[in-house]
Amino acid sequence: MSGGVAVRLEGCAKTFPDGTSALQPVSLEVGRGETVVFLGPSGCGKTTLLRIIAGLETPDAGGRVLFNATDVTAVPIEKRNVGMVFQSYALFPNMSVAENIGYGLKIRAIGRKERAARVAELVELTGIKGLEQRRIDQLSGGQRQRVALARAVAVHPSVLLLDEPLTALDAALRERLRGELDRLLRTLGITTVYVTHDQAEAMILGDRIVVMRNGAIVQIGSPRSIYLEPASRFVAEFIGAANIIEAAVKDGYAVLPGGRMRMPNGTAAGVVTAMLRPEAIAIIASGGADLCGCVETVSFIGDRQRLVVTGAAAGPITVDAPNSLPLEVGQRVGLAMEPGAVRLLPEDPR
Amino acid sequence: MRDRLIVAAQFLFTVVVASFLIVPAILSMLAGITVSYFRGIASGLTLQWVIQVWDLYAETIARSFLVAGSALVVTLVVGVPAAYALIVRGGRLARAIEEIITLPLAIPGLAIALALLLIYGGFSDFRRSWLFILAGHVVFTLPFMVRAVMAVLATMDVKTLDEGAASLGAGPWRRFRDVIVPNARPGILAGALSVVTISLGEFNLTWMLHTPLTKTLPVGLADSYASMRLEVASAYTLVFFVMIIPLLVAMQVVADLPGRQRARG
Amino acid sequence: MSRNGFAQLALLPLALVTLAFFALPMAKLVIVGATGEMGLGAYAAILLEPRYRASLIATVVLAALTTVAALAVATIAGLFLQRHRFPGRAVLIAMLTFPLAFPGVVVGFMIILLAGRQGLVGDVTSRLLGEKVVLAYSIQGLFLGYLYFSIPRVILTIMAAVEKLDPALEEAARTLGAGPWAVHRDVIFPALGPAFVASGAIAFATAMGAFGTAFTLATNIDVLPMVIYTEFTLSANIAMAAALSVGLGLVAWATLAFARSLSGSTVAAAG
Repeated sequence: MSGGVAVRLEGCAKTFPDGTSALQPVSLEVGRGETVVFLGPSGCGKTTLLRIIAGLETPDAGGRVLFNATDVTAVPIEKRNVGMVFQSYALFPNMSVAENIGYGLKIRAIGRKERAARVAELVELTGIKGLEQRRIDQLSGGQRQRVALARAVAVHPSVLLLDEPLTALDAALRERLRGELDRLLRTLGITTVYVTHDQAEAMILGDRIVVMRNGAIVQIGSPRSIYLEPASRFVAEFIGAANIIEAAVKDGYAVLPGGRMRMPNGTAAGVVTAMLRPEAIAIIASGGADLCGCVETVSFIGDRQRLVVTGAAAGPITVDAPNSLPLEVGQRVGLAMEPGAVRLLPEDPR
Repeated sequence: MRDRLIVAAQFLFTVVVASFLIVPAILSMLAGITVSYFRGIASGLTLQWVIQVWDLYAETIARSFLVAGSALVVTLVVGVPAAYALIVRGGRLARAIEEIITLPLAIPGLAIALALLLIYGGFSDFRRSWLFILAGHVVFTLPFMVRAVMAVLATMDVKTLDEGAASLGAGPWRRFRDVIVPNARPGILAGALSVVTISLGEFNLTWMLHTPLTKTLPVGLADSYASMRLEVASAYTLVFFVMIIPLLVAMQVVADLPGRQRARG
Repeated sequence: MSRNGFAQLALLPLALVTLAFFALPMAKLVIVGATGEMGLGAYAAILLEPRYRASLIATVVLAALTTVAALAVATIAGLFLQRHRFPGRAVLIAMLTFPLAFPGVVVGFMIILLAGRQGLVGDVTSRLLGEKVVLAYSIQGLFLGYLYFSIPRVILTIMAAVEKLDPALEEAARTLGAGPWAVHRDVIFPALGPAFVASGAIAFATAMGAFGTAFTLATNIDVLPMVIYTEFTLSANIAMAAALSVGLGLVAWATLAFARSLSGSTVAAAG
């Protein structure tokens, strides 16, 4: 990674001709070699933002797109030198795998020999060697995804744009390709913008995650900081499982139906919204515990068991417990919070 | 800027093509109600040509409706059960049959008409009646009915519907009448509109099959183009347009029906 | 009665109608063509006799030119209409498809009104150039007529195919650096290939067999259907008319069968 800003967006908004606003003004920088993930539910504007970077949409007047400090807002897509992987892959059915991968080079009038060498390099890198002469309809979903990726990076793009590239695949394959993609992006050291609605994908692939909602950015940060320090209730609930507890605070403790819960130091009295991750809660004996509740359900999810505990707070609380702990439905348990696990959330601006 | 010029050029081109197709049609409709085509619309509007067409050709119009209506009845009775049978049977034989009955669409009408003349020309009673024309029209329109019904049946799970009705105790005829036909209705309707429209305008076959006493509308049209003044020919064409436009509109409406959309999507 | 029994019963009327009014007559046509004065020679005469050969070539060339022109026109207009939404679009589409239901004779009459002795083109040219241009009764008029009935048939298929194109294909080509022309050449036209083949075959087969238009325009060009008609009615050379009909039918059918083997869908001509 060589530092510097590869892509910079300044006040990019998008209003569609029918008047609907898809994107509020967004400013953002993507560092050279960095992988930035746009994460959010469908309709949050993440794809529109990606398409603005690609040049497939023009931002409303005033918005600017810069590649390496050069203003490319008015540069048509075919001159921007971006690589894009589409959700449907958009592989050309009239061309073989090799022709698809080499198409961008052919358009750039790169000689046959050099082209063949680059294609060979990429099929090797993406693990589709031997498929060069196949037709697109003879490929599996995973193979198509790799061809689309190879085609996009073949031209040494200034920035690689991926629009939900794994969504069309089944769960097991998605997980495997996610790992491969991560390794590949780091090998190539290419500046990447990745759009997804899948938070696990965002966590693994992103150097930074841009969480979006209703056409606006709600938080930008590393996967760790987004998970541990969500800026809002929306982010907390969208990424990972979260218990959201609304309670009155008195003398540094939240007063709850099942007892009380220690709040971070300096929490003022009044009504607050707090967040607790399920894995940050430990099950202890109910005798002497500050906070108690009743086990309503126990679900075995492989590496751990997930409980829903009622009676402790106003709503049910989700707790992840080790499998070794014998638990029964109806059992009364105490809840202990890891220090620092309780996080206060600002109310979501509506 | 260049892009806008290209778009404008494409728009202009499309308008020119559409005009090429529609301007003559409008000219002919106007000519049919203009006193003198040579002097133009300024000579005044009149219905005299339409009335003259009615006097001269009413019989051909009536016969065209008779033939089209009869072709519809025959294609319904023959085509709908056949479409059902071809779908439930499936397999190679069904495909071969579909292939054979679609052949009349690939072979020029003139050739089919000649073939009919060669084999039935000697049966003079049949040859002289309008039923001879009907035979040609049925051969030519039947594939439209069969394929329209098959297209709709193919999109629903006919076999399961049929088996479901059978499990409830319905016999084959009841199943066909109570389950298949109502579900195939959009296809039957589309097929029926095609059959009537095509039959009303059929010329290639009919010209060879007709006798002076069994002229249909398109045959009369050819007649008037060759021997009548332009205004009469135009008025006659106008009558034809007035007959087919409602059918074309109905076809469009049927194609846009929600049920049909589902059937296609 | 079993389901199969009912299905067989349901197919019976179809079998009878097809046998009586199509299969047997066509068989008779083939036989008559081979049993005239020339015997099987009538079939050979299609290619060997200069008059028939010239007519066959003229018909094929005219049909081919019509097909190419109709495809070009329909592709430009069809792409435009599917890519832009504007007021009046539906009217334009209706105008472009309305003539689908016109019999060949009416198409001929349309050409007479457009380019005949009292036609619009003659009117405009005599005013602008001082010379009346009359195309209707020449090969140009016939070509216009064929184009007239071919455009609506082709444009519907092309528009349907354009609608089904994945817009991401075009976008992908553009991200890879392809300009508008390269996008069309490398992505859009190849993707429309099956539609070109299918609608082109229909246009070609229909033009080969078109009779009404040539009949109305009464041109001095001997297209095959007109030759068949004159052989049958004026010369009473029934065997030759039958042989020519079989030849014409084979060419039209082979074109469609070939197109179908390429594009895999059902292709049929009408009208």
